[in-house]
Amino acid sequence: MADLSVEFCGVKFKNPIVLASGILGVTGDSMAQVVRNGAGGVTTKSLWPHEHLGHANPTIISTQNWMLNAVGIPDGGPEKAAEEIARYRKAVSAPLIANIVGGVMDDYEAIARAVVLMNPDIIEINISCPNVEDELGKPMACSISKSAEVTRRVRSIVGQIPLIVKLSPNVENIVSIAKSVMDAGADGVTAINTVGPGMAIDIDSAQPILANKSGGLSGPAIKPLAVKYVYDIYKNLKCPIVGTGGVLTGRDAIEMMMAGATLVGVGSAVWYRGQDVFGKIVAEMDEWCDANGVKKIQDLIGKVHA
Amino acid sequence: MLDTIPRMARVKAILQENEIVKTFVLDITVGAEPGQFVNVWIPRVDEKPFSVAYDDGHELHLAIAAVGDFSRKMHDLKVGDKVGIRGPFGSKFKVAKRMAFLGGGYGAAPLYFFAKSAKDSQIDFIVGARSKNYLLYTDRISKLENVTLHIATDDGSVGSKGYNTEVLKTVLASGGIDCVYTVGPEIMMYKAAMMAKEAGIDAQISMERYMKCGFGVCGNCCVDGSGVPTCVAGPVMDLAEVLKIEDFGKYHRNNLGKKINF
Repeated sequence: MADLSVEFCGVKFKNPIVLASGILGVTGDSMAQVVRNGAGGVTTKSLWPHEHLGHANPTIISTQNWMLNAVGIPDGGPEKAAEEIARYRKAVSAPLIANIVGGVMDDYEAIARAVVLMNPDIIEINISCPNVEDELGKPMACSISKSAEVTRRVRSIVGQIPLIVKLSPNVENIVSIAKSVMDAGADGVTAINTVGPGMAIDIDSAQPILANKSGGLSGPAIKPLAVKYVYDIYKNLKCPIVGTGGVLTGRDAIEMMMAGATLVGVGSAVWYRGQDVFGKIVAEMDEWCDANGVKKIQDLIGKVHA
Repeated sequence: MLDTIPRMARVKAILQENEIVKTFVLDITVGAEPGQFVNVWIPRVDEKPFSVAYDDGHELHLAIAAVGDFSRKMHDLKVGDKVGIRGPFGSKFKVAKRMAFLGGGYGAAPLYFFAKSAKDSQIDFIVGARSKNYLLYTDRISKLENVTLHIATDDGSVGSKGYNTEVLKTVLASGGIDCVYTVGPEIMMYKAAMMAKEAGIDAQISMERYMKCGFGVCGNCCVDGSGVPTCVAGPVMDLAEVLKIEDFGKYHRNNLGKKINF
């Protein structure tokens, strides 16, 4: 049995697999279920400083190759979030990453202030959800200066709590955005958020299937993109990275780590392989390490760059 | 399941079952088994989950009560209109030898589907409604040979007067039942589950929570306690699983995940 534990921004994880933001994660007990199913940690759904309505259904559709979602980041607000995070803490001891989001700059400050009181192990800023484009404004995730500004503002509020920024792949140069948020005080980045947005049309009714018409693309189809972006960021910045995008198997997760990820986000895979996918991936990583004489999984991080 | 993409189905027939429920007969099969559900999509309106009332490999029946915005839109549909269907999703009823069914509201419909398929079982089928004009599928159920039908109405307009759970109590007291199956309002199902627990027999409960995706990704229908998503761990759960749900009979959650007491 290999040592699968990793340290990310000073936080110890018993394995590198974490629940990605936006999947399950509505309640504390559902996140605890993810840990009981084998994950090393979890990320909450994006938390707003106020209640936020999502989109109408259909919100998620999937094929063997891809998943498309426009759930619309529904949230019950900080009071609910605090209660759910407390429930999670009572149930399990694995680290929790609180993902925060806002419509405007002030929102990010407000939710940062609220979330600090919930004692997350790590805070992740969502600057890049593509399916609420109108509200968030495409410029934030795509603009170097705005990405840096939101990071700086949140950093000034959250003190010493490790801070990471979830990056959009839908930008001209993800490395320069990553550099800007690192320079602005982030401790690491998550790469990548969903791709697109994309669209699927039902030809029999001549209508887009998602109620929001378009949505973020995830699932196996985006894995090569995610691996390349993680590779590019690691090559240029050597910063701590949560690699996420299309990971279904232990081999996928190890590929992501070799590209440069310390933690590996798993989301859409719960449809492809079931609720217990986290433990399956961890077991597969362990087997691969044993078969290949890897004693510590931490040694694989960025291996492809060596 | 290869994908979760809706497929358009044509409404072949619409049957007015009682004052508020219509059965929609669709020209599609999804191979659903009793207990499972499908998501029904009206383009440009919304999409909601509904229990399958019948699927014989040729056509799909959905019994829908007009109680909300979406179901009222369903009731506006005409023969020939199309809706999108995806599924089947969720767990199925498991058969036992001697079964007691307790259906309230629309719940008689999915239980009828199960009764029709469980030809080798002996079934006491209890249907409850507030009055005669709200009873569902009792004509169909009474035609099944292996079924003894019991009717309870709140106002006593037909069958015994009072809650259908009182009838269940009598059925259980007479002995011999292996498992209780219940679909309908949660307070009713809670009472039924407690009666089964007290009688020392198993139960299968069709849990209803606010579902969005229907396949265990969005997380909106996760219950407290076990933390499982109702759409994949349920809707049909056995008694042991249901007793691990802290919110059972107490509260559910809205589309933002906020708690709402029953």
